[in-house]
Amino acid sequence: MKLLTHNLLSSHVRGVGPRGFPLRLQATEVRINPVEFNPEFVARMIPKVEWAALLEAADTLHLVEVPKEPIEGYEHNEKFLRKMHHVLLEVDVLEGTLQCPESGRLFPITRGIPNMLLNDEETEN
Amino acid sequence: MAPPCTWNRYLLLMAQEHLEFRLPEIKSLLSLFGGQFTSSQETYGKSPFWILSIPSEEIARNLMKRTVCAKSIFELWGHGKSPEELYSSLKNYPVEKMVPFLHSDSTYKIKIHTFNKTLTQEEKVKRIDALEFLPFEGKVNLKKPQHIFSVLEDYGLDPNCIPENPLNIYFGRWIADGQRELIESYSVKKRHFIGNTSMDAGLSFIMANHGKVKANDIVFDPFVGTGGLLIASAHFGAYVYGTDIDYNTVHGLGKASRKNQKWRGPDENIKANLRQYGLEKYYLDVLVSDASKPSWRKGTYFDVIITDPPYGIRESTRRTGSQKEIPKGIEKCPESHVPVSLSYHLSDMFFDLLNFAAETLVLGGRLVYWLPVYTPEYTEEMVPWHPCLELISNCEQKLSSHTSRRLITMEKVKKFENRDQYSHLLSDHFLPYQGHNSFREKYFSGVTKRIAKEEKSSQE
Repeated sequence: MKLLTHNLLSSHVRGVGPRGFPLRLQATEVRINPVEFNPEFVARMIPKVEWAALLEAADTLHLVEVPKEPIEGYEHNEKFLRKMHHVLLEVDVLEGTLQCPESGRLFPITRGIPNMLLNDEETEN
Repeated sequence: MAPPCTWNRYLLLMAQEHLEFRLPEIKSLLSLFGGQFTSSQETYGKSPFWILSIPSEEIARNLMKRTVCAKSIFELWGHGKSPEELYSSLKNYPVEKMVPFLHSDSTYKIKIHTFNKTLTQEEKVKRIDALEFLPFEGKVNLKKPQHIFSVLEDYGLDPNCIPENPLNIYFGRWIADGQRELIESYSVKKRHFIGNTSMDAGLSFIMANHGKVKANDIVFDPFVGTGGLLIASAHFGAYVYGTDIDYNTVHGLGKASRKNQKWRGPDENIKANLRQYGLEKYYLDVLVSDASKPSWRKGTYFDVIITDPPYGIRESTRRTGSQKEIPKGIEKCPESHVPVSLSYHLSDMFFDLLNFAAETLVLGGRLVYWLPVYTPEYTEEMVPWHPCLELISNCEQKLSSHTSRRLITMEKVKKFENRDQYSHLLSDHFLPYQGHNSFREKYFSGVTKRIAKEEKSSQE
């Protein structure tokens, strides 16, 4: 699971609503996965990122050199975009959990794939 | 509205399959490249010859880099219903437009294409000779000419009734071919990871084109299966997300769908499929998730949602939910009961899908999905609607004598506000939705009737 994905996921446990974001990340196996750098794509993602959640996740994974916020003129700043590219797309959580901050419910990540299925009782109507 | 006379006319030679899907594909692609569909031609129905006006050759070339419905495009220099009409039309084509491709330093060749008829070499040469009046100054080069000119003769569509003379003749400068070779190179037959309902390659590219997928988009498939639609989108440069409720499919585990193969191998998952085509960099993530209970946070971040939801026939329609939710009169599932999930009413599924699209698509983004239909009862009113989504196209593909599926394309034209979720309750449209609930029932009723009929006739 990439950190870009983590940034877009939220808990949908019954009654939790917007307080289900961001999910608390815990990782037991992480891999750095080189991905071809595409500055246009990274630049397009910057406005969609919830920065506080990204920094929290990056911190949990002990990542360094994570920009604290988008800088002015980021669209043309290759250094900035390369750092964001690495954080958003190249850090891959293979095993771990995502935890609902409100209910504590855990969603497992196995082989890089999060399992967001809830049991019958937990589902929101 | 007549197109500006500064626009050149082009002849599109269309492939003769997926007939209904062709016009929406061309329209969507022209719109993607800043053009629009402009033509003085009356109908496009079954004909493979389409004349349109396009603002620039660049747009025409971009169109061909995407289309799987069109074989080739030509800059149209003349046409008519007889050779005389063609020659007269050619004489009226502005010489200054011809000259750049005919000057003495250039090389060229002329090809004769006939449709629904075969000509002898002698007949072809006669036709080329008849064009001597054109101001060709360059040298003929049959192997690697700079410019290729084509004469296209239309002998109709009925192979049992071939006219003596062509119905239409066109002359044009060949510009580019379409992407029909993708159908073979991405064929499901060669793909590493397939499922029972993997989408035919040609249709998956058509869907991506209807959706106006472009490079650097984020495309999402909520019923991703083995990822065929993501492959097509990634081929066009989009980054892709997928979810599916089936754990084994998402992880690439369990029984294989290929004949003679028992279990899936390590190379069989969505990421591996993308890798097979050199598209791994476009893989974002896949998740095990229930499309009726999405885990995405509030916001608009999908550019296109392309999907083939389960119809409840070959793959079961499921969702997670509490036992209390089971309504009265739920139809019986032919498959054995799955403990955790209850049968997902098809109309709920489409309603959820449209709502999800309205919430998470960027403004101007598109939703492309298949809608199963019981043909004897189909009316246009049955197509699900949403106040935020405008219907762009609705194309039918027959599945059996009484069922078909329709490829629905919708575009988000209005920002989503919470109250939009409930508008459907106020509308008459809600009632026909019931038809989708019993699609599965009707599908099987057709099958059981036929089996009963066959048994009866074999007993007689």
